[in-house]
Amino acid sequence: MAEQIRIISKNFEVPNAETIDVFIERGGYEGLKKALRLTVEEVVEVVKASGLRGRGGAGFPTGVKWSFMPKEPKKPHYLCCNADEGEPGTFKDRKIIETDPHSLIEGIIIGAYAIRSKLAFVYVRGEFGLGYRRLSAALEEARARGFVGQNLDGTGHDIDIILYRGAGAYICGEETALMESLEGKRGYPRPKPPFPAGYGVYGCPTTVNNVETLCTVPHIIKHGADWYRSMGTKASPGTTLFGVSGHVNRPGLYELPLGTPLREIIYEHAGGVPGGRKIKGVIPGGSSTPILTAEMLDTPMDHDGLRTVSSLFGTGAIIVMDETTDIVAVTRRIAEFYHHESCGQCTPCREGSGWIPQILRRIEAGQGRMEDLDLLLSICANMEGRTICPFGDAAAWPIRYNISRFRADFEERIRRGSGLPDPGPVPGVLGGRRADLIPVQVSA
Amino acid sequence: MVSEEQLTKIRDTIARFPQKRSAVLPVLHLVQEELGWLSPQAQDYVAELLGLPPIKVHEVASFYTLFNKKPVGRYHLQVCTNIACMLRNSGEILQAIQKKLGIKPGETTADQRFSVSTVECLAACGGAPAMQVNSDYVENLSTERLTAYLAELP
Repeated sequence: MAEQIRIISKNFEVPNAETIDVFIERGGYEGLKKALRLTVEEVVEVVKASGLRGRGGAGFPTGVKWSFMPKEPKKPHYLCCNADEGEPGTFKDRKIIETDPHSLIEGIIIGAYAIRSKLAFVYVRGEFGLGYRRLSAALEEARARGFVGQNLDGTGHDIDIILYRGAGAYICGEETALMESLEGKRGYPRPKPPFPAGYGVYGCPTTVNNVETLCTVPHIIKHGADWYRSMGTKASPGTTLFGVSGHVNRPGLYELPLGTPLREIIYEHAGGVPGGRKIKGVIPGGSSTPILTAEMLDTPMDHDGLRTVSSLFGTGAIIVMDETTDIVAVTRRIAEFYHHESCGQCTPCREGSGWIPQILRRIEAGQGRMEDLDLLLSICANMEGRTICPFGDAAAWPIRYNISRFRADFEERIRRGSGLPDPGPVPGVLGGRRADLIPVQVSA
Repeated sequence: MVSEEQLTKIRDTIARFPQKRSAVLPVLHLVQEELGWLSPQAQDYVAELLGLPPIKVHEVASFYTLFNKKPVGRYHLQVCTNIACMLRNSGEILQAIQKKLGIKPGETTADQRFSVSTVECLAACGGAPAMQVNSDYVENLSTERLTAYLAELP
């Protein structure tokens, strides 16, 4: 069995790794010291050459993204670290923030330097109470040692970091919604163009990078692009944190090279399925990514590999479902999530994300009609590509692929009916985001 | 409306941002931290502190689920029912809580000690089923662990 590689996760099991002394003792801030003594162009070049791709879901090459920023700043530049982790199945960034906050600070300073920014924001998911406290404490320690603030490590560069707490809205993980939220508004995604590198936070050039992406950067600076490319695949170099959840014996995070076969991750690292049961399906990269069937377990887990099975790498969040899983219920639950989280800005998404769970609840309750399946697919088709941001696609794909890959399960449920009473809407996920406006009864 | 200490924190926070309006979310957090929830009056107060029309604060408060628009109990049990937790029986945990406390999601016990909500993915899928109690996470729940946890709360 291939061993885990410890790069991003090297401090995960180390006691007190969140404190600066332990972090430095283990090689921390060396990447930062080196980067600040390179030119901006050199930093961008090495990250470009490493082939590092963003770990927030889209997989865009990080160095290329940085190179889109203006070369001669006319307005302030901003770096936003997207720490609003919320894609169902994903739990890697929270672990980094809680156990190794200095590695994120180090990555942020290097990233800010690479885009000629003097101020970076960390948009931390509002739920991450412990993470926020750890990050705040780490920031103060780093400031006291001259790694954040003015005259960084005596090089004359000034870069500051502001922490910003989200407040419970999945959509704020979308980069333009994140920027709106940061400006003190509702998280409504912006139309693109203009792209953030031209018009971002406060209308200034902005780059948004994921937590894991930024944490990888110091290692690349320290060890070089060739070292990074010695792991993973040609098109998806390096390692990543695969998060395995659902029906496995050892759920958790596993740092492995990109391209590791899904079967190896599930059976060798995550300990296989409890009770030796068979796998029914696997969501490979968070709830938005198309589901895989048991026949697809040999897929290499990288961007190209997942494309060959018409899916996506996403966030590397693997959700395993064994043969006992009720796919209709799972699909309904995913649909309720997207209904709850739709920001309501675009009609196809707002309305479509509401109709889908209603129809699925009807099917689940045994009241479905055979034509409901095509109705669902038609709603999906009317959402895909017809919204301001990718949320519409993200909400439609799991429905489309769950139906197309497990159609027999849906048909069977419709044919036999469940014989059970209508479960009604799941409490708390009733009315979408605007349900907040409806007063909820407090018991006497 | 808030203590002098909290007001100092609020002023420091407002001063930190390149644009004042950015402080809407942080200030709402700070006010809620002290008052427990954000009444319409509390939202108006935040608008006043920031020199914004009240609607600019109301529209934000109503959009984000972490801002409580009604009072919550001392312990707010927020049970994740999203897919990874669902696969590991979060339904049983929710049932057990309802049975134990006699309230449904969205409700608060008469003594104001507990509120229960269902929430979306908490990014704790490796420790599913999970819940959040105020700002802390409780992971790898079972009905036994839940009972023990609730019994130990001060």
